[in-house]
Amino acid sequence: MAEHFKVAIIGSGPGGMSAAGRAAQNGVAHVLLEKTDHLSDTIYKYQKGKLVMATPDVLPLRSPMDFAMGIREDVLGIWDRQAAELKINVRFNAEATKIAKGDKGFTLTINGKETIAADAVVLAIGLQGNLRKLGVPGSDNHPRVQYQVDDPDEYSDETIVVVGAGDAAIENAVALAKQNKVIIVNRSGEFARAKQGNLDLISKSLDKGVLDCMYNSAPVKVENLSGDRMKLTLKTAEGEALVECDRIIARLGALAPRAFVESCGIQFPSKDPTALPELSPTYESNVKGLYVIGALAGYPLIKQAMNQGYEVIEFIQGNKVKPADEPILERKFAALLDRYTVDELLHAIQKTIPVFSGLTVLQLREVLLGSEVHTPQPGDAVFRRNEFTNTFFTIFEGEVGIEINPDDPNERVPLGPGEFFGEMGLISGRRRSATVAATRPSVLIETARREMIKLIKSVPQVRAAVDKAAIERQIRTYLAPNLSATYMAEVMSTAKLRPFKAGETVFNEGDPADGIYLIRNGSCTVSQRLAGREVVVNYVPAGNYVGEMALVRDRPRAATVKAAINTETVWVEAAHFRMLMDHMPELRHEVEKRIGAMIMQDEEISARPETGSLIEALVKEGAKEAADMLLIDESLCIRCDNCEKACAETHGGISRLDREAGPTFASIHVPTSCRHCAHPHCMPNCPADAIHKSKDGEVFIDEKCIGCGNCERDCPYGVIHMAYAADEKPGLLSWMLFGLGYGPGEDKAAALGEHHGAKLAVKCDLCKDIEGGAACVRACPTGAAIRVRPDEFFSLITKAGP
Amino acid sequence: MHESILVYKGFRWLKLSVAMVAVAVLAYAVHRPEVGPPNGGTTLGYVLGVWGLGLILWLAWFGIRKRRYGVGKQNLEDWLSAHIYLGLGLIVVATLHTGFQFGWNVHTLAYVLMIAVILSGVFGVAAYARYPDLITENRRGMTQREMLSQIAEIDAKARELSVDLGDNIHNEVMRAAEALAFGGSAWRLLRGREPDCPAARAMRRVGEMAMDLPKADAEKGHQLLELLARKVQSVERVRRDLSHKAMMDVWLYFHVPLTFALIAALTAHVVSVFFYW
Ligand SMILES: Cc1cc2nc3c(=O)[nH]c(=O)nc-3n(C[C@H](O)[C@H](O)[C@H](O)COP(=O)(O)OP(=O)(O)OC[C@H]3O[C@@H](n4cnc5c(N)ncnc54)[C@H](O)[C@@H]3O)c2cc1C
Ligand code: HEM
Ligand code: HEM
Ligand code: SF4
Ligand code: SF4
Repeated sequence: MAEHFKVAIIGSGPGGMSAAGRAAQNGVAHVLLEKTDHLSDTIYKYQKGKLVMATPDVLPLRSPMDFAMGIREDVLGIWDRQAAELKINVRFNAEATKIAKGDKGFTLTINGKETIAADAVVLAIGLQGNLRKLGVPGSDNHPRVQYQVDDPDEYSDETIVVVGAGDAAIENAVALAKQNKVIIVNRSGEFARAKQGNLDLISKSLDKGVLDCMYNSAPVKVENLSGDRMKLTLKTAEGEALVECDRIIARLGALAPRAFVESCGIQFPSKDPTALPELSPTYESNVKGLYVIGALAGYPLIKQAMNQGYEVIEFIQGNKVKPADEPILERKFAALLDRYTVDELLHAIQKTIPVFSGLTVLQLREVLLGSEVHTPQPGDAVFRRNEFTNTFFTIFEGEVGIEINPDDPNERVPLGPGEFFGEMGLISGRRRSATVAATRPSVLIETARREMIKLIKSVPQVRAAVDKAAIERQIRTYLAPNLSATYMAEVMSTAKLRPFKAGETVFNEGDPADGIYLIRNGSCTVSQRLAGREVVVNYVPAGNYVGEMALVRDRPRAATVKAAINTETVWVEAAHFRMLMDHMPELRHEVEKRIGAMIMQDEEISARPETGSLIEALVKEGAKEAADMLLIDESLCIRCDNCEKACAETHGGISRLDREAGPTFASIHVPTSCRHCAHPHCMPNCPADAIHKSKDGEVFIDEKCIGCGNCERDCPYGVIHMAYAADEKPGLLSWMLFGLGYGPGEDKAAALGEHHGAKLAVKCDLCKDIEGGAACVRACPTGAAIRVRPDEFFSLITKAGP
Repeated sequence: MHESILVYKGFRWLKLSVAMVAVAVLAYAVHRPEVGPPNGGTTLGYVLGVWGLGLILWLAWFGIRKRRYGVGKQNLEDWLSAHIYLGLGLIVVATLHTGFQFGWNVHTLAYVLMIAVILSGVFGVAAYARYPDLITENRRGMTQREMLSQIAEIDAKARELSVDLGDNIHNEVMRAAEALAFGGSAWRLLRGREPDCPAARAMRRVGEMAMDLPKADAEKGHQLLELLARKVQSVERVRRDLSHKAMMDVWLYFHVPLTFALIAALTAHVVSVFFYW
C-alpha cells in the first residue's frame, strides 16, 4: 500500500515550503516533495551573497516561516532551521513525475518509480523548469560539467567548452573568452535562436577569433584525463572530434514546466507560453483537489508565494481566510467602500465592465491590485495627447470625453460606464493620440500595462474585446475621425488585424494593391530595388499607414514593406479605403500630401543609395523601436569619454553608457545605451515591477529593483548591467587640487573590489530627473553625441548623408 | 552629420569675438594716451588689461566647467565654441593692451605664455578636426581591447603552429611575442610607427628560415608566415590608433600646465604694476 497523506505539496520553494509549514503547524498529515537535495532551489541558485528583497512592502507576510530582506545565505538558513523546528515532513531528491487523479484522491509517482497517495495536491513548482542536461556518458554529476555560470570572471586561463547556441551560451562564451580559451559547440550550422544583439556579438567575436566555434557538432562522451583536464568526444559532420578542456559549460535551456502541469490535467486558457492556468479564488485548478500557488500561478514574488502557501492549507481544511492582500484593496478602493464591501465591489465591477466580466475572481483581484482608482471631476484631464503613458482605463461610473480634434477641445467622443479607453497607448507603446477628460464626476480604474498584457495573453475574451474597439478607434484616429456609424460599420466589416513577425514581408514591390495597413504597433521599413539591389528608402514607425500610394495612383506596389520588429497592422480593404477618400476631402488632401512628399524622398534616396544602407543598419540597431537613441558622430568625437564620465557623475558613479562598444556605420556610431523602446523588452519579466515608462517616454528602473537580472538578459541591445552602487566622492576641487579620492567617472569600490549592498540593474534613464536633459549630450565638448527621436531620425540622416 | 564646434549655431561666437576685437581696435585707434605712447598704464591700457585678464580667467574656468556634469543650461559644445573664438580674440585684446611694448620682463613672459597657450589650443582644434575620422577608418569597427585580444589570439595560434617547426622558428615566435610592447616614450607613441618592430622582425626572420623547412612542413610554414603577417598588420593598426589618440591628447599637456604658468605670471605682472610702478 502506498503511503497516504492528506496533502502532498510539490516543490519546496517559498510557496510550497510555507504551505508545508502551515500544514505541520495545523497538524495536517502532509509530505513536501523536493526534487533537489535542499529546500527552495530557485533561491538556492541565486548568486552567492545576493540581497533577497521582500517586496512589495505594503503586502503583509502571513506564513509560519519568516522572511525579510536579507542576504541569500541568511534567508535560506532561517528557512532550514524553521523547517526543522516545525517538523515539516520533507523528502529530498523526490521529483514528482506524474500526478494522477482517481476516485479516492491522487496518486503521485516519485522519480518515476515509487508512488504515494494524497487527498489534495498543492503544486508549487515555480517557473524555473528543468535545466536540460548534457546527458552523455561521463557527464552526470561531473564536478566540472556545469549548467550555470555565476561570475564569468571567476575563471581564468582555462580551456572551456561551452555547449549550446542560445543567448545564455553566447553570453557565457563571450564573457569567459576574456580570460580563457573558449570553444563553443553548436549542434546546428548557425546561431539562429539567439536575439539580435547576441547574434552580432557572436559573429563579431568569431570573426575576430576571440573564440572558436564547432558547428554541426554534438557531444558524445566525457572522459577524465590527468589533473583537472578532461576529454570531450564530439560527433561532427566530418566524423569524431576530440577536444581537451578543463571545464564544460552546457547551456541548453530549460524545459518549461507547462508540459508537466498539463499532464496533470490542468488546462490553460490559451497557447501563449505566458498564459497562466485558470484558478478559483481558493487557488484550485480545474482538477478538483489540485491547487496551484506561487510563481506557477502567476505570482512572481517570494512574499506572495509564502502567503499563498499559508492560505491554500487553510482553504484545503475548509477554513475561510481573507486573502492577505485584502487591506491593499481596501486602501485602493477607499473612495467606494462607504457604498460597497470589497466582495460586493468586485461583483459590481464584473457586472458593469464587460472587459472584466470573463475573469475569475482571483484574476480580477490581481488586476485590481495592479490598478489605481481615480475620481475626476468634470474638466479634469485623465491623460493628455502626446504623453507616453501606457495604462488602460475602464469607466466604473460617470462619463469621459475623448478630444479627437487637437484644435478644438469641444469635439469629443463620449464614453460611459463599462467602456474603456487608453488601449491605443497600451498597444502601440507610443504617445497618447488624444486627450481624455472627465465630462461628469466619474470613477475610473487605471490598470497597469503589465496587468493588462497578462490578461490579454491569458483571457481570450479580453483580447477580443480590446482588439475590436481598438481597430475601430485606430481607423478613426489615423484615417477618418468623423466617419458616421454606418460607414464605419461597413469599413469594419472587412477591416482586420494582420500581425507580421520581425522581417516578414507586408507586401512586395510589384504586388497588386489590396488595401492599406495602419501600423498600430511595431514599425516597418520600406525598400525598393535600385540598380539590382534592395535599398531601404524609408522607415515608418507605429501610428502611420503604408500602402496608400498604390491605391491612389492605381498601380502595383512601388516598394516592398517589411516589418522591422514584430508588428501589428490594421488592414483596410482597397475598396473601402477609396470610399473613405471619396467621402472625406480632408483625407484625400492628407493622402495626396504624403504621396507628394514620398515621391520627392524616393528620388533623393535613389540619388544616394548609401543613405539607405545607413537607415537599414540603424533600424536594425534599435531605431525600429526606439523612442530615443543616442548616436555619436565619429567624425566629431574626440574619444574623450566625457559623455561616460558625465553619465557616471550624475548617476551614482556608474555610467549607463558604453561609448566605445557598439557598431559604427559610415561614421555614425551607436553606443551601448538604452533605446527607450516602444515596448521595452526589459519590462515584462521584471518580477518586482521596477521598470517603468515615464510620461515623456523614458524607460527607467526604480528602487524596487531586486537584482534578479531578468532585464539584463531580456534587453536585445545589451544596455542594462548589474552593478553595485559606487562610493561617495570628494568634491571636484579637492580631487583636482589635492588628488583626493577618485575623479570623474572613476569608481573606487570597483577598483578595490569592496562593495556594499546588492547588485542592482542600472541603465540610462535619459536624465529624466536632471534639469536640462541628457548629461552625456550636454557634456560632449564637440557636439558629437546627439539624441534622436524616431520622427527626426529620417530627416537627420538624409540631410547629413554618410 | 551635424554641426561641428567651429560652425556652432551659425558662427555665433565667431561673430561675437569679431565684434569684441573690433571694439578693442576702434578704441585703440581713437584713444590718445595722456602721456607717452599707448601702453598698459593708460586708461585704455587698464581697461584692455582687465578685459584680457577677465577673459583668461574665464577661459581657464572651462577646465572646471567641463567637469561639472548635469548642471547649467548650456551644452559643453556651446562653451567650447565660445572658448575657441573668444580665446583667439584675446590675442588682439591683450596685444593692444601692451601697446606693443615688449621687453625682457615678467609682463612679456605673461604675454608669451598666453600666446603659447593659444597656439597649443589652435593645434588642439586642428587635431580634433583631423584625427576622429582617421581613428574610425583605422579601427574598422573594432575597439582597442578587441584589437589587442586579436593579437594575443594570433600569438597563441602562432605558438601552437611553430612547435612543430623546429627550435629556431619556435624561439623566434616566442621571443617576438614577448618583445612586443606598445607605447613607451611619448615620442614613440606619437610617431605611430616602429622601425624595429619585433613583430615585423620575426616575420622577416621566420620567412627566411621557413625557406629551409622540409617539404612536409612547408604548408605549416606558410600558415605561420600568414599569421605573422596578419599580426604585423594588426600591430601597426594598434600603433596608429595609439598615435592618433595621443595626437588628440598631447597638446592638452601643454595647454593646461601653460595655463597655470600663465596665471602665475599674470599675478606677478598685476602685483608688480600695482606695487612697484
Ligand atoms: C535571479 C532571481 C532573483 C530573484 N530575486 C527575488 C527577490 O529578491 N525577491 C523576491 O521576492 N523574488 C525574487 N525572485 C522571484 C522568486 O525567486 C520567485 O518568485 C519564487 O522563488 C517563486 O516561488 P515558488 O515557490 O513559486 O517556486 P520556486 O521558488 O521556483 O520553487 C520551486 C521548487 O520546486 C522544485 N520542483 C520543481 N519541479 C519539481 C517536481 N516535479 N517535483 C519536486 N520538486 C520540484 C524546485 O526544485 C524548486 O525548489 C527572483 C527570481 C530570480 C530568478
Ligand atoms: C588686471 C589686468 C592688468 C593690469 C592692471 C595691467 C597693467 C599693466 C600696466 C600698468 C602696464 C604698463 C607697464 C609699463 O608701461 O611698463 C602693463 C603692461 C603690459 N601688460 Fe598688463 N595689465 C593687466 C593684464 C595683462 C594681461 C592679461 C596681459 C597679457 C597676458 C598683460 C601683458 C602686458 C604686457 C606684455 C605689458 C607690456 C610690458 C612692458 O612694457 O614691457 N597685461 N600692464
Ligand atoms: C589663454 C587662453 C586660453 C586658456 C587659459 C585656455 C584654458 C583651457 C583650459 C583650462 C582647458 C581645459 C582643459 C582640460 O581640463 O581638459 C582648455 C581646453 C581647451 N582649449 Fe583652451 N584655453 C585658452 C585658449 C584657447 C584657444 C585660443 C583655443 C583654440 C583655438 C583653445 C582650445 C581649447 C580646446 C580645443 C580645449 C579642449 C576641450 C576638451 O577637450 O575638452 N583654447 N583650455
Ligand atoms: S563626450 Fe562626445 S567627444 Fe567625448 S567621447 Fe563622448 S561622444 Fe565622443
Ligand atoms: S533597456 Fe529596455 S528600453 Fe532600453 S533598449 Fe533595452 S529593452 Fe529597450
